[in-house]
Amino acid sequence: MKEFKNISLILLFCTSIIVVAQKKVMRIALVNATIHQGNGNVIENGLIVINQSKIELVQKKTSENTPSADTVIDLHNKHIYPAFINTNNILGLHDAEAVRATRDFYEVGTINPHVRTLIAYNADNAIIPTVKTNGILYTQVTPRGGLISGSSSVVALEAWNWEDAVLKADDGIHLNMPRLHYKHWSEDNLNTIAANKKYNDEIEELTKFFTDANFYYLQNNQSPEKNLRFEAMKPVFSGNANLYIHADKVKDILAAIQFIKKFEIKKTILVGGKESYKVTNELKKNNISVMLNRVNDLPDMDDNDVDICYKTPFLLQRDSVLFCLQLEGDMEAMQSRNLPFNAGHAVAYGLTKEQALSAITLNAAKILMLDSKIGSLEEGKLASLIVSDGDALDAKSNNIVLALIEGKFVKLTNKQNELNQKYLDKYGIK
Amino acid sequence: MLIITKSNLLKQKKRIKNLFFFGFVFSQLLIKAQVTFPINGAPSENHTIFAFTNAVIYLDYETILKNGILVIQNGKVLICAEKATIPEGATIIDLKGKYIYPSFIDLYSDYGMPVEVKPQIKLHLGPQITTNIKGAYGWNEAIKADVDAYKIFSHNTIKADEYKKIGFGAVLTHSIDGIVRGSGALVLLNSNKKENESVIAEKCAAFYSFNKGASKQDYPSSLTGAIALLRQTYYDAQWYANGGYNSEFNISLDAFNKLQALPKIFDAGDKFNAYRAANVAKEFKQSFIIKGSGNEYQRINDMADLNSKFILPVNFPEGFDIDDPYDADAIPLTDLKHWELAPTNLTYFQNFNIPFAITCAELKDKTKFLPNIRKAMQFGLTEKMVLKALTFYPAQFINANLMGTLKTGNFANFFISNKNIFDDDAQIIQHWIKGQANTYSDINFPDWRGKYEFITDSKNYIVTFSGDVNKPSAKIKIDTTSKNINYTFANNVLTFSFQLDSTKLIRASANYDSKTKQFDGTLQNNDGYWNKFTLKFISKTDSTIKPKPKVSDIKVGKIIYPFNAYGEPLSDEQSAFKEAWKKFKNRYSAILIKNATIWTNEQDSILKESDVYIVEGKIVRIAPNIDAPKLAFAKVIDAKDMHLTPGIIDEHSHIALTHGVNEGTQASSAEVRMGDVINPDDINIYRQLSGGVTCSQILHGSANPIGGQSILIKLRWGQNAEGLKYENADPFIKFALGENVKQSNWGDFNTTRFPQSRMGVEQVFIDYFTRAKEYNAEKIRYESSKAKNKMPFRKNIELDAIAEILNNKRFITCHSYVQSELNMLMHVADSFKIKINTFTHVLEGYKVADKIKAHGANASTFSDWWAYKNEVMDAIPYNASILTKMGINTAINSDDAEMGRRLNQEAGKIVKYGKLSEIQALKLVTINPAKMLHIDNKVGSIKVGKVADLVLWTDNPLSEYAKVDKTIIDGEIYFDRENDLKLQQYIASEKARIISKLVVEKQKGIKMQKYQPKQQRLYHCNTLEGVSEQETGER
Repeated sequence: MKEFKNISLILLFCTSIIVVAQKKVMRIALVNATIHQGNGNVIENGLIVINQSKIELVQKKTSENTPSADTVIDLHNKHIYPAFINTNNILGLHDAEAVRATRDFYEVGTINPHVRTLIAYNADNAIIPTVKTNGILYTQVTPRGGLISGSSSVVALEAWNWEDAVLKADDGIHLNMPRLHYKHWSEDNLNTIAANKKYNDEIEELTKFFTDANFYYLQNNQSPEKNLRFEAMKPVFSGNANLYIHADKVKDILAAIQFIKKFEIKKTILVGGKESYKVTNELKKNNISVMLNRVNDLPDMDDNDVDICYKTPFLLQRDSVLFCLQLEGDMEAMQSRNLPFNAGHAVAYGLTKEQALSAITLNAAKILMLDSKIGSLEEGKLASLIVSDGDALDAKSNNIVLALIEGKFVKLTNKQNELNQKYLDKYGIK
Repeated sequence: MLIITKSNLLKQKKRIKNLFFFGFVFSQLLIKAQVTFPINGAPSENHTIFAFTNAVIYLDYETILKNGILVIQNGKVLICAEKATIPEGATIIDLKGKYIYPSFIDLYSDYGMPVEVKPQIKLHLGPQITTNIKGAYGWNEAIKADVDAYKIFSHNTIKADEYKKIGFGAVLTHSIDGIVRGSGALVLLNSNKKENESVIAEKCAAFYSFNKGASKQDYPSSLTGAIALLRQTYYDAQWYANGGYNSEFNISLDAFNKLQALPKIFDAGDKFNAYRAANVAKEFKQSFIIKGSGNEYQRINDMADLNSKFILPVNFPEGFDIDDPYDADAIPLTDLKHWELAPTNLTYFQNFNIPFAITCAELKDKTKFLPNIRKAMQFGLTEKMVLKALTFYPAQFINANLMGTLKTGNFANFFISNKNIFDDDAQIIQHWIKGQANTYSDINFPDWRGKYEFITDSKNYIVTFSGDVNKPSAKIKIDTTSKNINYTFANNVLTFSFQLDSTKLIRASANYDSKTKQFDGTLQNNDGYWNKFTLKFISKTDSTIKPKPKVSDIKVGKIIYPFNAYGEPLSDEQSAFKEAWKKFKNRYSAILIKNATIWTNEQDSILKESDVYIVEGKIVRIAPNIDAPKLAFAKVIDAKDMHLTPGIIDEHSHIALTHGVNEGTQASSAEVRMGDVINPDDINIYRQLSGGVTCSQILHGSANPIGGQSILIKLRWGQNAEGLKYENADPFIKFALGENVKQSNWGDFNTTRFPQSRMGVEQVFIDYFTRAKEYNAEKIRYESSKAKNKMPFRKNIELDAIAEILNNKRFITCHSYVQSELNMLMHVADSFKIKINTFTHVLEGYKVADKIKAHGANASTFSDWWAYKNEVMDAIPYNASILTKMGINTAINSDDAEMGRRLNQEAGKIVKYGKLSEIQALKLVTINPAKMLHIDNKVGSIKVGKVADLVLWTDNPLSEYAKVDKTIIDGEIYFDRENDLKLQQYIASEKARIISKLVVEKQKGIKMQKYQPKQQRLYHCNTLEGVSEQETGER
């Protein structure tokens, strides 16, 4: 039995993770840390016992419950969190975003439910290691573009390949709700919003597709030929996969609600939802949860409360809408590592710290229908967690010293901290 | 044909008592009209004298003849007086009850120009670097100085009638195309005549704008480029006139110089452009007559300060359809307020004594012109002022002596209206141009409105005609119900029909006798019988003209500064002072901040529970327990549990700009100045304040190796462009390296402009520095030479800027990424004995930190951005910490309006990445950027004697959990969380107030428009005009 008592030993431990991982540790005990369970609970001076890939025990450490474990790690003054979950992101689908050859998140055509991100996910992508080091250990690999972009999958960020990485394959289909207005460059250069002239056509195209796909689904394999697009939609109609509807503006959200009601979609997630705070009643009534647009964003209108994007998580929480945070937008893959800080920023505007944590852990797991496995530190769930020196939702104190995915230690070095060390060494500075 | 002979005239002479008129008449009429055109058949000229009597005549804008006489002949006014003898033989037109006005003059028109010029939408087929026009023209297609409107003018009867029906008899027309548009011609709207009889003055004014129009040439692609082009053209023309013509012939410059003697009209198109145009004028000791856009009232004090004359449109926006509350919510406050306030624009000019002419340009539907003028008059615009702006001023602005009044000898350009032209239902009956009538309605058309008894054989009814004098609505009362009657009335014959009851249809025809006011006629039932009937006048109908509301009764909202959400109105006592708006903030002479945790950035580092005392914008004392000043005007802020830091300084920002951040069409655009295109209304100024930013360096983009001149601003929300500029700051310029300047991510068409590789980039710098050096030497030689006939020197504003760099008078901020290019530029700089002041972005700076340190450059970087393009794949978030540890003065910048307002958090990340201390980290966004901008002696730390640019935070300023409570600039509170709530309430209540007004308007049946949502474009380094983000890749 090894017992690590101080941090330098832990750091030493981290740099030799692979060795440890290869040893196939059977039972690990994490002791004396503050445990943020992800479900709102905080356990001071806690104890977590990990058996193989799962959490066996989570409780306050007392003198009575000294665990029997192969490895006991003393995490006094440290914080344990469930692994952060990055939803609705193209992480793993590009390297240098401007270089076309590296871009694998957009397919041609408007209705592509059959295209799958999973097989394009590059487990060795250069950005991923820089994301893990901030505590994000899962991502929902999500396609972009068209009216129906394709299906997403949830993967763990430490893997040899996509097969190895996948936690949930094809968790849902992504539908981009036609927008009444879209961004557009114009002569006066101020009016960058234009009415969508194709709006009715797009709604019609989607309606026709859903009608046909639904018929195909109800026919139950009686169709004389196999239709790949319709096949891909079956789990959505059966309720085994989510329908992710991407919409931000209030009228587009309302149209999306009408649309899913028409086709009696069982599990719908609103993605984006920049103005979702205006329609919380409708969302609740229709049992729709929200993957909310990034917190660190600008308001759409000059008239808006300058802090509206910072406040929206609080407004959804206040109105009891289930939501998680995501970062779709400019440089989203690289920005994934700032997910905890987006959550932290919402704390300044009304969320509690534990609610903010849930917004990137348990809430996300619930929305992905993975809450039996990940999202909180509870007995029976997968041992996917992180340990931070300080408050992990605040950048200045976020310092991840230990991370586990399904009970296995995660490598916490990346090209960036290696380059840092290389040049510190070159210049002879610390 | 009446030929006026000398003897006839002599007879006339005796009859004319007023001898003053005689001399003129005599000399006028002796001369027989001579024409150059061959006449097919016998000539049919006439010299008929017309005398208009009994009308109310406006001799000019201020002289009203209540019962005047106007006599005209040969297209000119003979007499216009209260009393005069009418020449014998004159055709007398009795205009009792009617009004005569001198024709209006419109100074801004493209009447009769060949084609409507539409801006060309550029197809992306690669850059067009120089002009495609063949011939000895200048290099830029947007300089169309050689275009003379009179040469391409031809009448357009339909358009002419549109003008004449609303009172305009002459227009100054020009080709609305280009930055220099050539000359305009003053023409009469006698469109039935040959153009030879219409052109009054062939070159009457020169026209300018900032809009390149139909030019397909790339340059200029931005407003700042357009301004630079116009300035350089002025300098080129001066050089050309001074002898440059010896070295080249240039049609454009030659024509440009020939325009200089003319009055100059500048199509500004926006309140801030008016200011920009006036600045150009000032540089060249010119004055522009500014053609405005209708939003000038929003900065009326600034307009008054320009000392310019204006030409103003009356294009008031239609109201908005607000039925759907979500749609209504999407209409910005500014659009609602502009709808309400646009009709007050002219009144503001009147009240500020700024001379202005009125144009009907910008009105697609010209029939809205007079109704809009009448609307404007509800807000206090006087009739006298309107007439002055439509007659006297336009004539005066362009020295058109024979127009605008009806004094003897002037053109007989006037119109006759049925009533005062500014009454709601007034209509122009005839418009006379150069003595020729254009008739728009029957001049003898009777006012037959009234209540009539409809007398038939069987039964009598009551019929009323009421409403519009030209087309009154008719109703018949049958028993107790009132029915509408369809009728026509022409040539005194009335025909009408109505359904008497379910079976009986009456059709009738009757003649009107204007003396008895009675109609007599016959009618036919549907049974086929004919009967006689009479409509007997009983009484006048009640006047349908509603009394005009009193000026004082009309309530409109206040102008807010700036004119955007979160702008604030002046208080009543401030409004009274012309200069007051500049000081509208709660300016406290003294502020005492108590009990704060103070991050000084000085040696004391963090002071706990301390006070800062600010007097007149400066920090005067820092100590615990400073006694609250007893002066009433001092504001005391209890900052217990709060943190006080110096204001955040963003070294790299593109907020508060308008119409382009890049003039990237050439490898160098050193001539463009971001200071020319500041947009003080940009909401992002306020948003940055809410994030504690007090000062931002506004940079040109990174589309070319040598970009434009930077401007440093303080975020004094509400002030104008000048008020935002940081006083006496050292001038900077933007340079750029790498993928953006070699157009790597701009698509397949952008592959021909030099440079396309890092190799070429180096040579661009060497080339320009070499040329600037030579230019500078030449300039010195020229200026010191005393020779009389020296070769003229061509001032080059691009090389001037680069020469300033070589002379250490302008400093470089260089957008940069990879180590090779960083190294290269330092070598180039060293070879020209200059220093690169700042490498910005500098993401691989950590790889050459020792070299940067040795060169002495500052570094301004992102905290953690990377992976957005190939050249940032080695970017690391430890960059700032390595550079700092190497002793390089390092900053974190935003390049982004969103990140700009939480730079404190970005600095916090450097505590995580690289373990800088919190004090060091805060310096990355405060004193360090101050140092690299050369303003650290004034701001950047909390020290006695420094300017009070401060931020009060609710928590540790580096934390995600911190919010800004107050942002203070120059000792004035520019952002205050409490006041922010009040402003939000103000926005909500103002919107609700105006929307309820719109509801009333809509219920009245006034036409409304569907609102088109807008969103401002945000600028980054790589934003190009006319090109969407997708085409340019990322930053």
